[in-house]
Amino acid sequence: MLEVKNLHASAAGKEILKGVDLEVKQGEIHAIMGPNGSGKSTLAQVLAGRDVYAVMQGEIVYEGKNLLDMAPEDRAREGIFLAFQYPMEIPGVSNMYFLKAALNNVRKHRGLPDLDAMDFLSLVRQKMKLLNIDEALMSRAVNEGFSGGEKKRNEIFQMAVLEPKLAIMDETDSGLDIDALRLVADGVNALRSPERSIIVVTHYQRLLNYIVPDFVHVLYNGRMVKSGGKELALELEKKGYGWLEEELQIA
Amino acid sequence: MPEAGEKRKAEESYFADFAAMERASNGASWLRALRKQGMERFVEMGFPTTRQEAWRFTNTAVLAQTIFRPALPADDSSAIDGNAWFFRGEAARLVLVNGHFSARLSSPASLPRGVRVMSLRHAVESHGALVEERLGRFADSAHEAFVALNTALFTDGAFIEIADGVTLETPMHLVYLRSDDAEGTVTHPRNLVVVGRGAQALVIESYRSSAEEKYFTNAVTEFVVGENSSVEHVRLQQESGQAFHVGNVVAHQGRASRFLSHSVSLGAQLARHDIRSVLAGEGAECTLNGLYQVGGRQHVDHHTTLDHAMPHCGSREYYRGVLDGKSSAVFNGAIVVRKDAQKTDAIQSNKNLLLSEEATINTKPELQILADDVRCTHGATVGQLDPEAIFYLRARGIGLEAARHLLTRAFANDVISRIHFAPARERLEATLLSRLSAEWKPGEVL
Repeated sequence: MLEVKNLHASAAGKEILKGVDLEVKQGEIHAIMGPNGSGKSTLAQVLAGRDVYAVMQGEIVYEGKNLLDMAPEDRAREGIFLAFQYPMEIPGVSNMYFLKAALNNVRKHRGLPDLDAMDFLSLVRQKMKLLNIDEALMSRAVNEGFSGGEKKRNEIFQMAVLEPKLAIMDETDSGLDIDALRLVADGVNALRSPERSIIVVTHYQRLLNYIVPDFVHVLYNGRMVKSGGKELALELEKKGYGWLEEELQIA
Repeated sequence: MPEAGEKRKAEESYFADFAAMERASNGASWLRALRKQGMERFVEMGFPTTRQEAWRFTNTAVLAQTIFRPALPADDSSAIDGNAWFFRGEAARLVLVNGHFSARLSSPASLPRGVRVMSLRHAVESHGALVEERLGRFADSAHEAFVALNTALFTDGAFIEIADGVTLETPMHLVYLRSDDAEGTVTHPRNLVVVGRGAQALVIESYRSSAEEKYFTNAVTEFVVGENSSVEHVRLQQESGQAFHVGNVVAHQGRASRFLSHSVSLGAQLARHDIRSVLAGEGAECTLNGLYQVGGRQHVDHHTTLDHAMPHCGSREYYRGVLDGKSSAVFNGAIVVRKDAQKTDAIQSNKNLLLSEEATINTKPELQILADDVRCTHGATVGQLDPEAIFYLRARGIGLEAARHLLTRAFANDVISRIHFAPARERLEATLLSRLSAEWKPGEVL
């Protein structure tokens, strides 16, 4: 489904990703861990098409297509979803309007007709229940005045409505208390399916207790330095990233 | 200086219009005197120049050098197109085509007792004393050249009078249309709205043209807002892109009255709006909202004045601008707090969105505070669309252009959403949207 090969990316002339390789097959859940500044969020944003990052080298193939040739909106329409670490507030645009526009753009791309207001509402209600989201939130402006937890839940809610093929969760756990974390994890787990792949970018192992990955990768200083199963996350949690640094220096 | 010569010729042409009017008129002597005074003041002042502080950023040279002839009554039908009506629903409509009252297009609606809506010309004939007492009392012919010119030369407009205690739900809609043969003409619409004690009224003014023509509209609207009364005023300027529009709105507010003004300025190559309210009674409240959205080489200027003359008055001012292309805009918000106006509470905000690097905005608060126990706050911002917000929308499948439109619309809508009267608000939302994109469907809530 997704193949990242020798990806080099920089921002403002500074190289952040220095040759990342990653392969994600359909239905798999991959966790990408790493200390602050290792390039985790950059990788997530590059996958979604953020243009402040310049790709200097390497390629990304998504479902057989060159992802780097695609505009961000086309990536979204093709089924890539980035749950933002810092979701934007959009004053003056209701959550409802925003989500409907997003969904109908995705549907149009898939050759489906626009959902009418009634069908949209019933779909939205069903997904709101899943994430325990208050209906009043739908008529509020996108993320405006939302708490940190509400913003993150809103991201997963959007993901539930848009039903992506590849979901990338960028530090979705940051700033969440344990209850909110569980809600978010339940929401994500409900979306697990053999057709859907998920990349979980996180600093801490905590989220991975709830969203159990198939593979864990460690991104360090712009490169994937270690990969393994879910037990790797536990090891990192126990020993910290310092252990890895030492190991890498020895190697 | 050839420009000075052209300007003098244009000023002389207005004087000739005035002389012709004087010869033809056998009207009331008070009105003739008022007009004469206006003409004299205009001749003395001439058109404003950029050397005057209030006109520093708005150059009237082209307007001042152009000779416009008085607009003649036109065949009504040519002014009417499918979009000519500003909003749906019941309203008392007073329609003026090329500045002349059109009985055929106007519809008085069934108005309660104590409400008078008629053409100003008619009112001068039938209710002369009433008009004489109020007309020109608050609009400043002595210092404002365009007001003076209007006073000298107005042909018609609206007269509205709401008696004490009358609550009028039906909006009064003053529609100024231009026929498609209005090229090179000038009109001076003049409106007088008198709202009695404890009364309530909604007045909508819209200015538009069915053809892309060069003409000049010089309008003055005076409101007398009685004690405890409440007035909402929506003014839509959607003239032809070649037109010149100068509009003066003056309100004089009594004790505990409320005046809520919305100025939406979209059209004209050059538009200047002077909006002033005098809070002349204790406890009066005034809100001035405005939206200007321009592109190409359009220029739009709002000069607002909140004149706090008495204690315990509040004012809120909320203006936003969207500028594209090589357009330019001016916002100058004056707040005057006079010596007696203790406990004044005034808040002003002006936010601007520049969609192009070539667009320019001059925004300035102008505070003149003579009382000591007051709260006046003001803030102005100038910015571009937030690239991170655009990326967020695109990452959800919304295309680049649509994302830009959506954010622009949301920015502008923040002003429109403050209009209380729903049909006008909805109509304006649709108007703004049709300027932005075809994606939105009427009735859809943003």
